Amino acid sequence: MDFFVGHFNYWVIITLMMTGLYVVISTGNLVKKLVGIGLFQTSVFQLYISLSKVRGAQPPILEKLPKYGSAEKTSQTVTELTATIPQVTALDPASVYDPLMGVVYSNPLPHVLILTAIVVGVATLAVGLALVVRIREAYGTIEEDAIDEAEYKIEVNAS
Amino acid sequence: MSFEMLLSNAAALVVVVPLLGGAIAMLLGSSRLAWSWSLICALVTFSLALVLLAGVLGGQNISYEMGAWVSPLGILFEIDALNVLLITLVSAMGLLALLYGLPTIDQEVDRHQHAMFFGTFLICVAGLIGVSITGDAFNVFVFLEVSSISTYVLVAMGSKQNRQALTASFNYLILGTIGATFFVIGVGLLYMATGTLNMADISRVLAETGSDRVVRAAFAFIVIGLGLKTAMFPLHTWLPNAYAFSPSMIGVFLASTATKVALYMLIRFLYSVFSAGQSFETAMFDYVLAPMAVTAMIVCSVQASFQSDVRRLLAYSSVAQIGYMLLGLSMGTVAGLAAALIHLFNHALMKGALFMAVGIAGLGLGVVRISEMRGLGKTMPLTAAGLSIAGLSLMGVPLTAGFISKYYLVIAALERGWWWAVVAIVVSSVLAIFYVGRMIEVMYLQEPPKTTDDAAVTVRSPILPLIALYVLVIANVWFFFDPSLPMGLANTAANELIGGGGS
Repeated sequence: MDFFVGHFNYWVIITLMMTGLYVVISTGNLVKKLVGIGLFQTSVFQLYISLSKVRGAQPPILEKLPKYGSAEKTSQTVTELTATIPQVTALDPASVYDPLMGVVYSNPLPHVLILTAIVVGVATLAVGLALVVRIREAYGTIEEDAIDEAEYKIEVNAS
Repeated sequence: MSFEMLLSNAAALVVVVPLLGGAIAMLLGSSRLAWSWSLICALVTFSLALVLLAGVLGGQNISYEMGAWVSPLGILFEIDALNVLLITLVSAMGLLALLYGLPTIDQEVDRHQHAMFFGTFLICVAGLIGVSITGDAFNVFVFLEVSSISTYVLVAMGSKQNRQALTASFNYLILGTIGATFFVIGVGLLYMATGTLNMADISRVLAETGSDRVVRAAFAFIVIGLGLKTAMFPLHTWLPNAYAFSPSMIGVFLASTATKVALYMLIRFLYSVFSAGQSFETAMFDYVLAPMAVTAMIVCSVQASFQSDVRRLLAYSSVAQIGYMLLGLSMGTVAGLAAALIHLFNHALMKGALFMAVGIAGLGLGVVRISEMRGLGKTMPLTAAGLSIAGLSLMGVPLTAGFISKYYLVIAALERGWWWAVVAIVVSSVLAIFYVGRMIEVMYLQEPPKTTDDAAVTVRSPILPLIALYVLVIANVWFFFDPSLPMGLANTAANELIGGGGS
């Protein structure tokens, strides 16, 4: 039972994933296929996001930098800090001032990756929908069976 | 910016130039201007690739830290013998396809769309080079999708000629996206298991911790995802139509690069990230990859023999040829992997030339079906000769590059003790004689269709496509007599991947 509850997020994700994949395979309607693809991709986004969550941790946001005191300077200091990170990692870790020392926070990297993946997903969806529009103009239908039938008729007439 | 600085940043520029160049080409508007600009960008990209090639041939691998972020944190571009071959191939084919493309695109795509078309093409080139060059697993996905999404658009541009290009592109989009998503799931699971995305780093962590169920699941997802993009045998259904109905310039470019880059990624993951020799991987090689490869070689060659559409014939033959490469890499030996890489290079040369020749014939005489190629040897002698030489190379006749790769593949199979693979190679080559021979027979032994004034006319072909075709045809012969470039790189790469472990 603990196994099921403890992996709750995975059960949800796998269900969504398989639903999406099934929709893509089973439906003959091109728009519904794209809906299935969308569902499938979104479930993968959730996989990434849920695996970066640390229980009881705060969001990966720099709230304040105690060393510099005031909150107004935060954005400026973050830029400075970012600029120096390549050098910082080369130094002895003990001598480096870590503003997140002792703070438990969720892993921000998967979020950033998924931001990119969302953009890719949107682009794919846009191209896919544009194609569906053109297919509808060319064939007068967006059902796969009807399209196949139209092509088959042409093939038979040609030969 | 000084010249030295330019050279030291060549690894980044080889992706940035076509990417930005593509965006600028789209803004140019005029067809000729956009084409010239794209050609310049492709030429610069190719020169940069040659700089990288010279660097690697000089004996040192190049690694380039994007934005100077230290390696496991930032994105690392890593260039060794394996991917420099791909980078050179993609940039050279991009250049040749553009050189070839102008007259065919005039006929196949509406003029007001030309600037967009060439821009999208450059972005596709950038994506493919990006996949080959990067050392970061998630970056691979991003570049893979950059190239794939532009490919869907480019394939669909064939719809002016034949509306089936639209459905072909849509099917490719659905299957390509499923493939890419499977790949992302795999990368996510790997990140879960290792906590890093840098490929060398993943490999290092996996070597330390060994594999568990998460790693094996990641392996399965990545192999299936990349298999879809590679058109590995049962996952190849999107390929024939996408190649056959796209504009001929895109057919040339895709046939010679797109599946090759995905195959490269597969090699990278199989041999470098999951270092070969883990038990589940060897089992996958022996019981999944090798049988599938052999089936592809025979079944798709048979399918090719029954096609009436020339480009569909070539596309099915491509799936069969991918079978050869998968067979080579599934052997898991240095000789097998090297043979696969040599075939990858040679196949790009021959299929590029074949698609070009068919495209030129289509431009002059509207050839789509094999029966329409009647008497091509008389009406378009140069094109027919080029097509025949490239076809002979596809069969694996001596004096052509195709012989070299088949020879090494047979040697590697014998070394491994896989006599059934040798049988399959021979059977598949005999089938290739059928389908290539059918084209040659129709071209040379049948009379051209009679024109109104009862005389067979010689059709003049535009000069640029012929130049591009003959560059490839000569390369096909050249790499028989002097195969040292692809062989040297392939052997070095195979030794590095298998001998050197995870590096």
